[in-house]
Amino acid sequence: MSDDLDRLNDRLRDRLKAAPPAPDPDARARTLARAMENFDAHTEAAQETAPEPRPTSDRPDGAGFLTGVRAMLNRLTKGPILAATASAAALGAGLMILMPSLTGGPHAPLKAPVAPTVTPTVAPTVAPSATVAPKPENPPEAATRTVAPADPAAPVTEAAPPAALPRAAAPMPAASMPAAPAADASGAAAPSEAEALSEPMVEPMVMPAPSAKMAAPAPVTIEGSAAFGYADRIAPPAPTDESFANGPANPVKVTAEEPVSTFSVDVDTASWSIVRSSLAAGVLPPPEAVRVEEMVNYFPYSYPAPAADGAPFSTSVTLFQTPWNKDTELLRIGLQGRMPATTDRPPLDLVFLIDTSGSMDEPAKLPLLVQSFRLMLDHLRPEDRVAIVAYAGSAGLVLEPTAASDRARIDAGLAALQAGGSTAGAAGLTEAYRVAGQMKQPGHVARVILATDGDFNVGIDDPQALEAFIAKERDSGTYLSVLGFGRGNLDDATMQALAQTGNGTAAYIDTAAEAQKVLSDQLTGALFPIADDVKVQVEFNPATVAEYRLIGYETRALQREDFNNDKVDAGEIGAGVQVTALYEVTPLGSPARLSDPSRYVVHQTRRSLGELAFLKLRYKAPGAKTSERIEEVIPPTPTLNPDDDARFAAAIAGMGQLLTGGKYLGDWGWTEAITLADGARGPDADGYRAEAVRLMRLAAALPH
Amino acid sequence: MTPTDDEALAKAAAAGDRAAFATLLDRHYDRLFAFAFRLTGARAEAEDLTQDICLALPVKLASYRGTARFTTWLYRVAVNAAHDRRRRAATRARAADGWGDWEVDRQAAIAAETAVEDWLATAMRALPRELRETVALTLGEGLSQSDAAEVLGLSEGTIAWRMSEVKKHLRGLARAEGML
Repeated sequence: MSDDLDRLNDRLRDRLKAAPPAPDPDARARTLARAMENFDAHTEAAQETAPEPRPTSDRPDGAGFLTGVRAMLNRLTKGPILAATASAAALGAGLMILMPSLTGGPHAPLKAPVAPTVTPTVAPTVAPSATVAPKPENPPEAATRTVAPADPAAPVTEAAPPAALPRAAAPMPAASMPAAPAADASGAAAPSEAEALSEPMVEPMVMPAPSAKMAAPAPVTIEGSAAFGYADRIAPPAPTDESFANGPANPVKVTAEEPVSTFSVDVDTASWSIVRSSLAAGVLPPPEAVRVEEMVNYFPYSYPAPAADGAPFSTSVTLFQTPWNKDTELLRIGLQGRMPATTDRPPLDLVFLIDTSGSMDEPAKLPLLVQSFRLMLDHLRPEDRVAIVAYAGSAGLVLEPTAASDRARIDAGLAALQAGGSTAGAAGLTEAYRVAGQMKQPGHVARVILATDGDFNVGIDDPQALEAFIAKERDSGTYLSVLGFGRGNLDDATMQALAQTGNGTAAYIDTAAEAQKVLSDQLTGALFPIADDVKVQVEFNPATVAEYRLIGYETRALQREDFNNDKVDAGEIGAGVQVTALYEVTPLGSPARLSDPSRYVVHQTRRSLGELAFLKLRYKAPGAKTSERIEEVIPPTPTLNPDDDARFAAAIAGMGQLLTGGKYLGDWGWTEAITLADGARGPDADGYRAEAVRLMRLAAALPH
Repeated sequence: MTPTDDEALAKAAAAGDRAAFATLLDRHYDRLFAFAFRLTGARAEAEDLTQDICLALPVKLASYRGTARFTTWLYRVAVNAAHDRRRRAATRARAADGWGDWEVDRQAAIAAETAVEDWLATAMRALPRELRETVALTLGEGLSQSDAAEVLGLSEGTIAWRMSEVKKHLRGLARAEGML
């Protein structure tokens, strides 16, 4: 047996050694010549100020074995317990078991990041502008470099050097973290977690306290993310094998040239969860994982409920001064879906399509998934029915359609799920839709709920074929929701594509608490569409608006003519779901205008000054073929007292932009974002907003 | 031993020595290409990946500290470049990754001269990416487990564990083919 295995191993070795063909001499010569050109360009540029090179390595040169272990432990258990008790044996065992999930190796910059050594006496606003948003600040000299962020490919590789974990010192007002003993920065003996594991490279990071709440002497705190209550989170492994869907940030549009902005609603919140799990692990999220609209939409707002007999959702429009630019205004458009009485809801036919491939065999994946579904079962009613299809290698019906009241059978089905084998997402989907088709009854809502880490690597590999298949099923009335689990090979792009095509939602679940929010609290919303193909079109008035910019919704843009085309698919709104969109609007005559007015083109405008914009919404009643339309005039007068919801949404939009380069933010930075968000928390019964403020503080402390 | 070793050349190149950089490139292009091919399994991909690495090298060299062997450092740069490349490709919603591309583009690949034999392609595709990398470094490039560990920033134990995983996958493959 072992001889056979060795033979196989040798065979692989021989074949691999023999595999590479001789390099093509032309390609070789071309590459070498271009590399030399780059070398010359680089040495020339190096005479001026050389940009910090992106760390090429997943970890520093010459980093020792312990560095990896320490970084890993920091990710996995932020609590001090392990640091204090870990014996050599425990370290060794932990490494063997846990390292496979950290495939890319612990991320750490090659060079120690430059700690912003600002002394506490410096005004707090100086610090973030110096460390967070260097690009917009030095316009003349840096002109050539500021072009870089506009390149859609560049940020993927160049802008996201993962952060050194132990350096994730977070500035926090001491008062708001009772569990954390704040250490004096000057106290060399400060017992930080990093030092407990004795890593010579790590120096205490000194950060000015960002909050205005800090008292005058501004004690500087040194603190790992341990104290923020994330110790129970499963930290993501190095996200080297993940892919995300996002486009370049929407550019500023000149109203006179392009007055109409059209997009599809997006009720997904997956991006926020990814941002959160990255920050909680002390790593900046990859910019392409940051979708501003999904971050904004994660949070509940108190929009008025729609009238009982009118459209299925209401609109709340607010215009107020932009926090990061006093010469522009933010237009907040909020949609609130109707929440039907839960007793009225139609029975549900749910097919759980569960990825049991080998990659799901991690605590944050299959076990969390099973736990999540159990939570959901508690909210189902006896007339609802559930089926489970597993896919791994070959798709199989694990649980026949079963009444939700038969908990014992469902539990047994869930318990029987085991991870192993490779993923064939398409085969599983076919089977799930087949089962859903069988279960389907008039008056019931059928939905396939796909739970996966997104690793579709066997079966139909062609994303287009997969989408075409889902689109066909969507038209037959079966919806699709996608739940992402675990980090490491989360294929966000595929998940997004599937959910958007399937008229469903994509959510990313990293903790049991998030499962509670997504599956239980929002059960009705996530599962009952009240409006399909919801499109938003805003026509700005060139007589009052010089320029505008839609913040987020890059992946949801529609053509102007698509708005009235009922054949063009768009997002759905579920019961009680809220959607928020933000435009940054530059009024005519504002000094903030970025483009020069046209010398020759004079626009004829109608009904001028009394209107800022005209808002149009289109939606279809679920299952309907033709759309309804809602229209509303938006007046040009900004409110002086925007409510908490509007200001908080603005703060989150600012956070999303800070995480993606903050091209339009000027010197507005983390300090301002934190102050704004902190002051707009409102009642915040579930603590989501408080958590956001904590995460902003973590983000502010990470090297950008 | 060559008159000037890689490490000295790399430091000289980082300091702006053009000839040193040219020597380094010339010396390592073929090895890089072979490694890129073992990582991706397709000639065009391997050429592009090698080009990515070479073109970025002038900037990356600034971060070479001389604490690791140059080849080790270069393998690490290559592995990271492969990750970057895959991520960009995925962001553009193209097909998954190298050996997966090979599957998708089977027709094109057969037409072209990259006729990687089926058994190797099947075996590599059956491996998750991190195992593929490990295999390419150890079996393909002939690195020791400790050198591979240094390249990947992992412990030697993890490499050993991964190699045992590789055997498991191979066994599964052999069973499927009725060989065992």
